[in-house]
Amino acid sequence: MIRSELVQKIADENPHLYQRDVERIISTIFDEIIEAMARGDRVELRGFGAFSVKKRDARVGRNPRTGASVSVEEKHVPFFKTGKLLRDRLNGKS
Amino acid sequence: MSEKTLTRMDLSDSVFREVGLSRNESAQLVENIIQHMSDALVKGDQVKISSFGTFSIRDKAARVGRNPKTGEEVPIHPRRVLTFRPSHLMKERVAAGNKG
Repeated sequence: MIRSELVQKIADENPHLYQRDVERIISTIFDEIIEAMARGDRVELRGFGAFSVKKRDARVGRNPRTGASVSVEEKHVPFFKTGKLLRDRLNGKS
Repeated sequence: MSEKTLTRMDLSDSVFREVGLSRNESAQLVENIIQHMSDALVKGDQVKISSFGTFSIRDKAARVGRNPKTGEEVPIHPRRVLTFRPSHLMKERVAAGNKG
């Protein structure tokens, strides 16, 4: 399923909404999750999963081609952990 | 870092503010979107949200695990796990927003 198919499903279920409103609703939700993580916040959607930010420490990396060492700065990366209900559903429980 | 936790309610609040639907309807839409994504994943489909990221299902083979406390061997059954691969945009925003 891609973004436009999700928009279509929601639009089909809500004939009173314009397609462009459905697009805005979906963008608003996903943007809000990104913005929250950009502030360092978590987003927990019970039953689905939780988005959080993990810190990766600075390290000395290597250019795999030349073997030269390069320093890699500390950085923050997005992380998703699947919720219990969805994990169970994926495996045919509940 | 502030470290707040947002929930469905915060997402439906933002739909309420941005789009101007009722709080009730906003909450219902957030729920339906999560439901459609979950259903697609349970069917085994990939869910690809451009400029957000991709959720995909991976099959894990059976293996022998060990109870770390007792050292006892336990079979781990084959299972399906969900992985999320963030978009470049998400990675950039998260890296930039948490810098320093």
